[in-house]
Amino acid sequence: MSDSSSAATLRRLATAARRERVGWGRGVSTLTRITGIALQTPWQAAIAIVSTLVAAVLQLLIPVLLGRAVDQTQVVVGSGSGAEAAQAALLTTAMLLLACSVFRGIFTTLQNYYSESVGHNVGYSIRLAYYRKIQNLSFSFHDRVHSGDLITLGMLDLEGVRMFFSTGLVRLVLLSILIGIGGYLLLTTDLVLGLVALSFVPFVAWRSSVAQLRLRATWLELQERLSVLSRVMEENLAGIRVVRAFAARAHELGKFATASTSALELAFARVGIRVRNTSAMTLSFFMAMGLVLWVGGTKVIAGEISVGTLTSFLTFMTILQMPVRQLGMLVNSFARASTCGDRIFTLLDLEVSVEDAPDAKPLELTEGTLRFDGVDFSYPETVDRQTLRGITFEARRGETVGIVGPPGSGKSTIAHLVPRFYDVTGGSISLDGQDIRSVTLRSLRTSVAVVQQDVFLFTTSIENNVAYGDPWAKEPRIERASDSAQLHRYIMGLPAGYQTVVGERGSSLSGGQRQRLSIARTLLLKPAVLIFDDSTAALDAHTEQRIRTAMQRQANERVTIIIAHRLSSLMHADQILFLEGGVVVERGTHEELLELGGRYRALYDLQVRPGEDADVEVAV
Amino acid sequence: MTAEVEAERNDVRDDGRRPPRAVVGSHRIDEEMFGRVFDGKVVSRIWAFVKPYQRQMLIAVAAVLVFTGTQLMIPLIIRNAIDDGLVGGGGLAALHGAILVFAAVIAVNFGASYVQESVVGRTAEAVLFDIRQAMFAHLQDVSLSFMDRTEVGRLMSRLQGDVNSMQEFLETSVLSVGDITLLFGIIFSMLWLDFRLGLMTMAVLPVLFIVRIFWLPRARVAFMAAHETNSITNGALAEAIHGVRAVQSMDRQDVNFALYEEKAQANLQAHLRAARYAQVMVPIVDSLTGIAMAVVIVVGGSMVLGQSLDVGVMVAFLFYIQRFFDPIRSLTMQYSVMQRAMASGQRLTEVLDVAVDVRDAPDAITLSPDMDGSVEFRNVTFGYNPGQPVLRNVSFKVNPGETVALVGPTGSGKSSAMSLVHRFYDVQEGQILVGGHDVRSLTQQSLGEQIAMVLQEPYLFTGTVLENIRYTKTDASREDVIAAAEAVGAHSFIMALPDGYDTELGERGGNLSLGQRQLLSFARALVANAKVLVLDEATASVDSYTERQIQKALELLLKGRTGLVIAHRLATIRGADRIIVLQNGELIEEGNHDQLMANAGPYARLYNVSYASFDDLPEVAADADSDDMTASRT
Repeated sequence: MSDSSSAATLRRLATAARRERVGWGRGVSTLTRITGIALQTPWQAAIAIVSTLVAAVLQLLIPVLLGRAVDQTQVVVGSGSGAEAAQAALLTTAMLLLACSVFRGIFTTLQNYYSESVGHNVGYSIRLAYYRKIQNLSFSFHDRVHSGDLITLGMLDLEGVRMFFSTGLVRLVLLSILIGIGGYLLLTTDLVLGLVALSFVPFVAWRSSVAQLRLRATWLELQERLSVLSRVMEENLAGIRVVRAFAARAHELGKFATASTSALELAFARVGIRVRNTSAMTLSFFMAMGLVLWVGGTKVIAGEISVGTLTSFLTFMTILQMPVRQLGMLVNSFARASTCGDRIFTLLDLEVSVEDAPDAKPLELTEGTLRFDGVDFSYPETVDRQTLRGITFEARRGETVGIVGPPGSGKSTIAHLVPRFYDVTGGSISLDGQDIRSVTLRSLRTSVAVVQQDVFLFTTSIENNVAYGDPWAKEPRIERASDSAQLHRYIMGLPAGYQTVVGERGSSLSGGQRQRLSIARTLLLKPAVLIFDDSTAALDAHTEQRIRTAMQRQANERVTIIIAHRLSSLMHADQILFLEGGVVVERGTHEELLELGGRYRALYDLQVRPGEDADVEVAV
Repeated sequence: MTAEVEAERNDVRDDGRRPPRAVVGSHRIDEEMFGRVFDGKVVSRIWAFVKPYQRQMLIAVAAVLVFTGTQLMIPLIIRNAIDDGLVGGGGLAALHGAILVFAAVIAVNFGASYVQESVVGRTAEAVLFDIRQAMFAHLQDVSLSFMDRTEVGRLMSRLQGDVNSMQEFLETSVLSVGDITLLFGIIFSMLWLDFRLGLMTMAVLPVLFIVRIFWLPRARVAFMAAHETNSITNGALAEAIHGVRAVQSMDRQDVNFALYEEKAQANLQAHLRAARYAQVMVPIVDSLTGIAMAVVIVVGGSMVLGQSLDVGVMVAFLFYIQRFFDPIRSLTMQYSVMQRAMASGQRLTEVLDVAVDVRDAPDAITLSPDMDGSVEFRNVTFGYNPGQPVLRNVSFKVNPGETVALVGPTGSGKSSAMSLVHRFYDVQEGQILVGGHDVRSLTQQSLGEQIAMVLQEPYLFTGTVLENIRYTKTDASREDVIAAAEAVGAHSFIMALPDGYDTELGERGGNLSLGQRQLLSFARALVANAKVLVLDEATASVDSYTERQIQKALELLLKGRTGLVIAHRLATIRGADRIIVLQNGELIEEGNHDQLMANAGPYARLYNVSYASFDDLPEVAADADSDDMTASRT
């Protein structure tokens, strides 16, 4: 499966599929794979399992010893030596019990710690694999998968897989021993009483599994409703000016109440599910206990069993109670791990569609010539519609290419093809005669830089943001780049200067400042091909002019591609392509195109004399 | 050149040093997780939310007590069954009596457990939603300058995280009642059954208390650290996902992976450490339980042998010991919950106490839709901080149906003037009249209905196109909405969307272009059908085709309305009936385009240096010194 294809794969990753059940065979193979990862720490896994066995057996000994102690008090004490012997027997039992308790504690600790440890190691290795995969999956994947879903996958689904070893496998061993050996001991001691004592097990196991599965299903639903509620609140707070401007207080409170009520109703329903089941489980346990007391008591009176045996039956039950209730969690753990694991592994197994060719060599730049040769392109989701058709142009070092055209004409797509964010579907792009698909991605992307339309800033200092592409850069280079982007003066005016934290949660920059920061971090890289993808829209004409002047100094060392809708941004280019419907319809210098009197001319008239109607079809 | 770049990047890369300027994710610990255990003020504020559920809480506490009581009785019944029925002379009759009592007790236990859990669960949920509702409603009224100062994320963490920890607190505080009762119940029962044996058995209790007191603070630090590293690694993951395009285009994958690996490793170690802390208690509790049982067997057993204790009592002791440590364990855990809840409660009350600056006057009147639509500033002085006015003695009048353009550099007070018309803030001196009424004498609701506002950044809500255009005018028909969209020229692109008017918009209208979002916000203002339109023109440029559409829509929007426009574009400014030039909060020029050009004042200067857009003054004024600076740096 490749990350640019298989809509079904992507759908499986989507939230809508969260409740979808995974097929039986698939589930088994997913769980096997998780177990395989858990066994990468074989010693820890072995210690966890062995400790579980030992702890469970020791725990089963406790009721036996308690019963024995009770019986030892029931011997008819005759002579003094008999009393001493009885005392000694009691002391032995007490010491055994103490030893049992201490060792049970120690082995339980080992069991818990090592199973947690195995789980965390599983989490760690999946976390790293996931991070690496996400970082390398190509744009076409990220275009179609919600970032929120990917985050959920990396947090909640990972948790489900991580917990499988401790809450699934280890608990399964524990329960098997407790119920298996414990049940065997009870049944062989007294078949009838054993059956009575175990009578609550099937009922509780069933109820708790049903309850856990239902709680999980409703939990997912509740999360969805709560996220609607948070969205209502978040949008209200972020857009509070619009809310107030429209005097929308009542309207917004209404929206809140609707979302809130729907979440509250489900929260109530969940309380209901939980309560009904826990109360019923407790009742069934106590009923079984009452029956044991009754049947066992009758047997004691009849002299069939001793008081000690009855006591050990009753304490057995208290020991079994918790693990049996946890059967539901066990079932849930298996269900959760198989669905979560399936989603995670599906993603980890995706092939990256844009990758180094097996024989890829580093890019070797000599002349620095960029060539588009009959390039066709269509996005994976719209294969039937070509976004670009037969684009051919060449730019030598020092040249500037301007690309202009109506919205949706494919301008930005050109910007994305040069650094191989997507691969062309026809024709080729080459740098100094080397097809960009034949060179390593790293060498290509260090030579080609794009200033993107939407600026993503990282939550760290301005300095680190400017040096993002080259975190080894020294201060003077950072300042030079910021200065060329006309940002240095602004930064120096900030109280913390270059140490000011920006980004999602940092102090807010205006749209223009963000764009300038993005330009600065690209200029720092001194690429051989520099592409501006409509990335000066938020700048005023003056600033843009000054940035252009500052860049002039290095412009003769690289190819510059400027994509813009403001003609003043690109009219100085050596070559301007007018793109429409993915095809170059006009090309030439500014003067030539004005002369031509075609679409470029019409656009020019529209921009220079915006108040007057120009002869151009307006299509929005 | 390229070779030099490569060299610059490689020589340092190869020495294996960690890049000095690279980080992934960010984490700011800006909130104290634990406060005082008890804060009377906070408790009384929260109590106000619990009070409406007083009856439920009483029922819950009563149910908890009954529930705990029945749990305490079970070992006693077993003891009676053994001592009276099995060992004593009572025989089957006594056994059956005990079984009947047992049946009655578990029936009561079932009922109490049902009542307790459902009432506590539901009440805690309900209180949680009430607190959230109160905070949300309060935030609708607080001053906008508070909202400007405060990050949305911070408020959201109040509305979610802090509110949730209050819920946790409510649930556990009721359960604590049960735990305390259980603890004292067990102690009392054991002492009552046999005072001496009881005392001896309980000798282990103080040991556990002391161990836990030493253990808890350290363990808590470890648990918190594990929790903290979780958010750190998840934050870094989220950043990698959101910024994947930037990461790939700057080829940072390897550096980031190495940094992420460090964080993941730290997370792993923190969790293992927390697990060690959590697990170290298990053998201690088990050993103490073992000691207590051994004491009962040796001491109690000898007493039974010596006929001074009934065997049933010994069995009851053994049952009690197994439950002995549960309440202590949960009580110490609840202590942390309490602390967290107090810190959260503190933050919640801070939000609830934010002052509301702008309120309706007691005798506020409703602004009639038939008012003339005039807007007047009379000697208005206004500032966000006293002593720092952003508007100084500004007076002007916008006549009904007239369009006035506000022009001036950033910080000249344009946006503030706009906010005042809508009474987002109150003036410090002077007054603002809408339709001849001081805005402070009108209800905010009726004022808001008569003033439509279009903000610089078009802001859309999640929902369909239709819902967005309609917004508060829920009674507007589909036809009204379509007519408005057609009027502003948005109809054709809306129809091209997958579901037309019923297309769900992405987050903030993410699936639309900026220009399209602007057109939708125009349509929304048109449907609001107000007498006065206040508009802040967008500065970011959109493509020329959309641009023209927006200009046309703007003209239409202003037709027949009083318009107050913060203008950036030449076309808008030239089309205005009058232009008001603001600088440093003062009105420095007023007139139409031709008059101002004839004046040859600041406006004319600006006009001459601008090309197709009317950009901000300081860029022009600052030109000279910035050039100097560039010169000196190069």
